Amino acid sequence: MNTRALRSLAVAAALTAASLAANAQEVLRIAYIDPLSGPFADVGEAGLKQFQYLADQVNKRNLAGGVKFEVVGFDNKTSPQESLNVLKKVIDSGFRYIMQGNGSSVAIALSDAVQKHNERNPGKEILYLNYAAVDPVLTNEKCHFYHFRFDANSDMKMEALTTFLAKDPNIKKVYLINQNYSFGQAVTRAAKADLARKRPDIQIVGDDLHPLGQVKDFAPYVAKIKASGADTVITGNWGTDMTLLIKAAKDAGLNVNFYTYYGGGLGSVAAMGDSAIGKVKQITEWHANVPTKETDRMVNEFKKQNPKLDYYYGRAGTLMFMLAEAVKRAKSTDPTAVAKVMSGMKMDTELGQVEMRAADHQMIQPLYISTLYKQASKGGPAEVKYDADNSGLGFKTDARIEAYVSAQPTSCNMKKP
Amino acid sequence: MEFFLISLLNGVTYGLLLFMLSSGLTLIFSMMGVLNFAHASFYMLGAYFAFQISGHIGFWPALVLAPLGVAVIGMAVERYGLRTVHKHGHVAELLFTFGLAYLIEEAVHLIWGRAPVNYGVPKDLDGTLFMIYGTAFPIYRGFMMLVSVLMLVALYVVLTRTRIGLVIQAALTHPETVEALGHNVPRVFMLVFGGGAALAGLAGVIGGNAFVTSPGMALHVGAIVFVVVVIGGMGSLAGAFIASLLIGLLQTFSVALDWSLGGLFKPMGISFAADSFLGELWNLTLASAAPVLPYLLMVLVLLFRPRGLLGTRDT
Repeated sequence: MNTRALRSLAVAAALTAASLAANAQEVLRIAYIDPLSGPFADVGEAGLKQFQYLADQVNKRNLAGGVKFEVVGFDNKTSPQESLNVLKKVIDSGFRYIMQGNGSSVAIALSDAVQKHNERNPGKEILYLNYAAVDPVLTNEKCHFYHFRFDANSDMKMEALTTFLAKDPNIKKVYLINQNYSFGQAVTRAAKADLARKRPDIQIVGDDLHPLGQVKDFAPYVAKIKASGADTVITGNWGTDMTLLIKAAKDAGLNVNFYTYYGGGLGSVAAMGDSAIGKVKQITEWHANVPTKETDRMVNEFKKQNPKLDYYYGRAGTLMFMLAEAVKRAKSTDPTAVAKVMSGMKMDTELGQVEMRAADHQMIQPLYISTLYKQASKGGPAEVKYDADNSGLGFKTDARIEAYVSAQPTSCNMKKP
Repeated sequence: MEFFLISLLNGVTYGLLLFMLSSGLTLIFSMMGVLNFAHASFYMLGAYFAFQISGHIGFWPALVLAPLGVAVIGMAVERYGLRTVHKHGHVAELLFTFGLAYLIEEAVHLIWGRAPVNYGVPKDLDGTLFMIYGTAFPIYRGFMMLVSVLMLVALYVVLTRTRIGLVIQAALTHPETVEALGHNVPRVFMLVFGGGAALAGLAGVIGGNAFVTSPGMALHVGAIVFVVVVIGGMGSLAGAFIASLLIGLLQTFSVALDWSLGGLFKPMGISFAADSFLGELWNLTLASAAPVLPYLLMVLVLLFRPRGLLGTRDT
């Protein structure tokens, strides 16, 4: 072997090493597009902190095969229009992954824009990770290959909720109260359909839709619920619309159970306070008092780093770890390659197996129904180890609903690359 | 009857609460001509101050100290901000208070964070005052009504029966004469602005734990207080009181009524499916439109009686 060949070999080796090193330092940047100012800023900010913490976990444990994760926050002020501006900005600055959760109206706008962008810019696709927007259309009529939803959609939650409700013979009269927009209407529709199917003897004694975030005093609604003789209220309300409803119900001495979607929503438990004990139930994919080991450790570590916040989204962990695993298996950070792996991917979590259904990219996962009680250290049930919002109140599991129960048929007909 | 009585009670309570929220705004507007966009922010400050103070020395001292604290801030705002801006006219004042509202909100974010704080009703006032047809009427609601009525009476007495009140009223129309008589008119205005802020603060102390104390609370009530003032008549205290009760009753009763436009045709055997042309509109019930009715009322008042119910100003 002459020196020239040797030299070129050395150069080749050096180049390979350099490219390997580059590979090891490759960073997958995710644009987190959610409210960081305005009335929902607290929710957006807490979510961002949790995703950044999880990106840290992925990096520390090297879960993505040498690729580092980075989550960068962008403020969309909960507005669909603003979100589209932000989307343009992040695409221009080279992001290939986006993440959003607050507000289905925002999600639908973003998802449409991402779909259009991907059709027009082959090879520069954007992958959209939806961690909380639950309007069923996103995985039905409006589904596409680059949208992945990690929360159960509102129809799935209602399916699980009514399966649980149907087993309780004491429930005879149900009252529905929801916010008057796509999501609230979807909750009302699903509740009526599911109850009619599972327990036709249950009477729907009231069905109220009120404007989103406009009601200051819920006493008139509570009077109406009381007059209707309802024993159970189902509500998809969130934010102040939910906390004010619960407070007004307690003030008037209304003795009913509230089945909510967002009873444990960030800040809600603190705002409702003791008025919610034993009365407010929620349907979620996880809560802090589901016994686990690894998640427990993260809950504690996160609390230590952010004493004012809670590790709130169980599905945030599922999302980040599944994405990491998909990147590792795809040996690439290219969104199309990663999406191909993630479509139909199954993963074992501490809560059981979850599946990113190939047909519609809807996560199929077990769900939990839980009730708010005092924390164990404050004299509550022993299961309530962790509280929410540092309020001394936390959730206790009533039932676990297996993944297949809540899975819904889909009308999605997506084009796969 | 049962439902009528309960709704009446709820309506009056809500109306009095609205008055409590908007009385300070009316006061400042009628005495100074300043439309204070930061009014709801003073309400929020009152709630947060009370949350902080009641955590250390209890609710009752907070009931006094928190509004005083807000008054001091209000006076400082008038002395070092509004007074300078005043020279440039009402639009500048409006914009100034508009910006101030954002500054206060950011300050609240920085100090107390973005999530709601756990500010609860004090033990002494937590409970049931009386039962009416099996529905509890909480003590705290009664307390809120009492404070609201006291506010009205106190304002009326101070403005019409005391020396300072007479000076304030005179300074409104004849500032030069009042000044010539040896009264410090700028100081009077400072006191009025502080007083208006204190009223908002007091409403915050009481509204904060009845509802939710969060950085979004100013935005939540921001619009409705202006509706009250506009309907009542810009600058009329009595008008604001009547408007508050009117809105309270209107909203409460309409929540209870599941009437819809399509329902009118029911007796004639005509019904509208939700998916028919304008189906949503025909089937929109009064109940689901209730919270926007005050705004409809405001638009109607502005169209047909621009000065409001009892207003004296035409602007």
